[in-house]
Amino acid sequence: MHNKSIAQLSASLRGGEFSSTELVRHYLERIKNLDERLNCFVTVAGDQALQAAEMADQRLREGNAGPLTGIPIAHKDIFCTSGVKTSCGSRMLDNFVSPYDATVVERLQNAGAVMLGKTNMDEFAMGSSNETSYYGPVHNPWDTDRVPGGSSGGSAAAVASRLCSGATGTDTGGSIRQPAALCGITGMKPTYGRVSRYGMIAFASSLDQGGPLTRSAEDAAHLLQAMVGFDHRDSTSADEPVPDYSATLDEDLRGLRIGLPKEYFDEGLDSGVGDAVMAAVDEYRKMGAEVVDTTLPNTGLAVPTYYVVAPAECSSNLSRFDGARFGYRCDDPDSLEDMYVRSRGEGFGPEVKRRILIGTYALSAGYYDAYYLKAQQTRHLISDDFKQAFDKVDVIMGPTSPTTAFAIGERSNDPVTMYLSDIYTIAVNLAGLPGISVPTDLVGGKPAGLQIIGNYFQEAKLLNVAHRLQQVTDWHLAVPEGF
Amino acid sequence: MQWETVIGLEIHAQLATRSKIFSGASTAFGAEPNTQACNVDLGLPGVLPVLNREAVRMAVRFGVAIEAELGRRSVFARKNYFYPDLPKGYQISQFELPVVGRGQVEILQDDGTAKTIGVTRAHLEEDAGKSLHEDFHGLTGIDLNRAGTPLLEIVSEPDMRSAREAVAYARKIHQVVRYLGICDGNMQEGSFRMDANVSVRPYGDELGTRAELKNLNSFRFLEKAINFEVERQIDRLESGAEVVQETRLYDADKDETRSMRSKEEANDYRYFPDPDLLPVELDDSFIASAVKDMPELPDAKRQRFGQEYGLTAYDAQLLTGSEALADYFESAAREAGDPKLAANWTNGAVSAALNKGGLDITSSPVTASMLGVMLKRIVDGTISGKIAKQVFEGMWSGDGTADEVIEAKGLKQITDGGAIEKIVADVIAANPRQVENYLAAEAAKQQKMLGFFVGQVMKQSRGKANPRQVNELLTKKLRG
Repeated sequence: MHNKSIAQLSASLRGGEFSSTELVRHYLERIKNLDERLNCFVTVAGDQALQAAEMADQRLREGNAGPLTGIPIAHKDIFCTSGVKTSCGSRMLDNFVSPYDATVVERLQNAGAVMLGKTNMDEFAMGSSNETSYYGPVHNPWDTDRVPGGSSGGSAAAVASRLCSGATGTDTGGSIRQPAALCGITGMKPTYGRVSRYGMIAFASSLDQGGPLTRSAEDAAHLLQAMVGFDHRDSTSADEPVPDYSATLDEDLRGLRIGLPKEYFDEGLDSGVGDAVMAAVDEYRKMGAEVVDTTLPNTGLAVPTYYVVAPAECSSNLSRFDGARFGYRCDDPDSLEDMYVRSRGEGFGPEVKRRILIGTYALSAGYYDAYYLKAQQTRHLISDDFKQAFDKVDVIMGPTSPTTAFAIGERSNDPVTMYLSDIYTIAVNLAGLPGISVPTDLVGGKPAGLQIIGNYFQEAKLLNVAHRLQQVTDWHLAVPEGF
Repeated sequence: MQWETVIGLEIHAQLATRSKIFSGASTAFGAEPNTQACNVDLGLPGVLPVLNREAVRMAVRFGVAIEAELGRRSVFARKNYFYPDLPKGYQISQFELPVVGRGQVEILQDDGTAKTIGVTRAHLEEDAGKSLHEDFHGLTGIDLNRAGTPLLEIVSEPDMRSAREAVAYARKIHQVVRYLGICDGNMQEGSFRMDANVSVRPYGDELGTRAELKNLNSFRFLEKAINFEVERQIDRLESGAEVVQETRLYDADKDETRSMRSKEEANDYRYFPDPDLLPVELDDSFIASAVKDMPELPDAKRQRFGQEYGLTAYDAQLLTGSEALADYFESAAREAGDPKLAANWTNGAVSAALNKGGLDITSSPVTASMLGVMLKRIVDGTISGKIAKQVFEGMWSGDGTADEVIEAKGLKQITDGGAIEKIVADVIAANPRQVENYLAAEAAKQQKMLGFFVGQVMKQSRGKANPRQVNELLTKKLRG
């Protein structure tokens, strides 16, 4: 059951091969048996899932099922879910149960999907390894001593180990694509504004974007379809037409112009990963695509720009966690200031504090121009790079992450090295473009990702390009041993 | 040393939108605590602000009314600070690019000449909630009903030179926002709040160090607080001390200002553009629709009252104080057919009675049309101006219309010559000594002495005799 794609599961449910209740029980059983080794889930919402499955079965029987009716998925614990704890991977929200559903949660529910639970993540999505979670690190199913990537590490590992058929994630600087690459699955960050941010706990508002993590591009098309669309509750949500993502998956790629930016193949890239990426590019050549050398000259500015913009926004976004209305409050505060200082001091972990401090500094009087304003300018330069590149190419390809999964603990005391693991993904967020990571062939027995970047609102094209690769290779079908 | 006072005002006008500036929750005043605060107002994790277009429309109306440059592209920014009644840990406001740029208003000075006061800018922002320090046994209660209420912060240039000018300016802004229907102007409920930046300097010198005065919730307190503060600053400077840049709170009970926080303790608000909101682009059609039904503004109305009705500048100024008062006057004047008479009564008896009863013109028991009919009775000679006061009192206490009161109390003026003649004859007969004195006096003195006889006749007629006729008859008879 758990090896089937979403489309296959949907067909089986409609065909009566098994019920959603049986399917959900099966996944819950797998979670129970396997998640102890992985720590993918912060909350398993078994009872709610079974109730939802029952309703899905009824709809299936009545013949009014939606596209995802009865399909078990997981939500990253950053999406607010009414009645089920939303922790954001933080002690700060360990006691927080949202009174409302995020738009993404609501839409997937309306499409019939069944939520199995909430997945582990880096605290407030700040991290690239899932080690900053209050609930402990997630283990990579391909090698449980290694990280799954982050911050959507719980979602990525859960999908890779088939503890759910698909999952939601969020991507601020690579948080969907990088863990997808490190866990050998498909993960897409849509164009900024494509997926509503309402109910998605904000890390860096101008960069955050929700998206799907699945085992294939085809599955991603199904999940994405239910997630996207204008939402009047999010002022930055795009009022753009939504295409049928599944309809164009099989389009021919002859004449597709693929740009390979030379900056994405520099000395920082692991040679094995580079070879695997080039092997994927060769597959596209075989399909009739044209490969063009391109350049994104300001790539080197991406990480420094990001580490001003994202912390600046986060320092403000996380101010609401003050112990006053919800979330963690320290014991017996003796004054207002004491309540603030200890609630935040005890509620936040070190990486979150580091970023709040960086961001507060960057916005402070006397430093604003040198940091925040300068970062806005360099952000423009980075966007312009892509704009120019897309004059000549249809998609840009490169590695998702410079290496395969690293060992747990290896980089946790070295933030700068950790930040560099997002070097190829961050610029995409700064420019607001869509990007997808799909598995290449294994590198030394471990997964690596090919990143495909498209122009604004070209999600359908990216899914099409990704899907075609998955039709001519079986790289995405590889499963970790023991799961 | 001669000191010059320099004052600038920051006025927060609460916009009269039905829902909040970034959420759909109601803005109605006085509900049970925290019943009008939705997920967005509470600053729950994951929620996002969505701008209320109506608030922008109101700001645009204000901008046009004060002849300001409109910010065709304005940007919301976050003002970051921690306070329990500020749910998100930042206030959404406008910083570098406000919706209303430089504009101006005119105030009338004491000598009747006009003075232009510059308005630096006006920007949209959300209000915070309220901290309630009583009734919680050493704890603080938070009411977030007010959180997210739209405010227009109107910042003046430091153009005012006295507390009276500051009050005149504040009243002007108050008048404009009420005319525009964008703010109810209710100071008790905090719909119109004023902060004053006050400094003194030797005439012609550079600007002195200023103090910001807070908690000025009436025009009277504004005036008193500034006057106290000016004296305090002059005293300090004259005794060789310095004025410290600080925020000071006005205590109305003690009539003094006291230090709240100094510049050193001030926050670094770390303003930056709010990434949750798009810049506000004002296009021509939006502006056109916002100003489509602009009312006649106070200055224009005042001028028209002077020209059309021949009113004095003072009367016109008083009558245009609020649109409701101006409407009242105009409809009474139309009914009476005598604008000057209507102006005198509106500014006189009506205003006095309203003040005494603590009422607003809109809740006056004597409606404009009732007043107008009564004035018509003066004009057509049915009653005298003096008797009209009784009629007005009768109407005020609910005895009916002017005609009903006149009828019921028998107040109709006696214009029958015969009846008056009889009373005149009686009075002359009853006061032989006064008649003797009168006849012996010089002509100039006689005129004065006539008053006694007039008074007697009016007394006997219970005020109803037509005074003109009484005068004529008395003169004739006495000289008779």
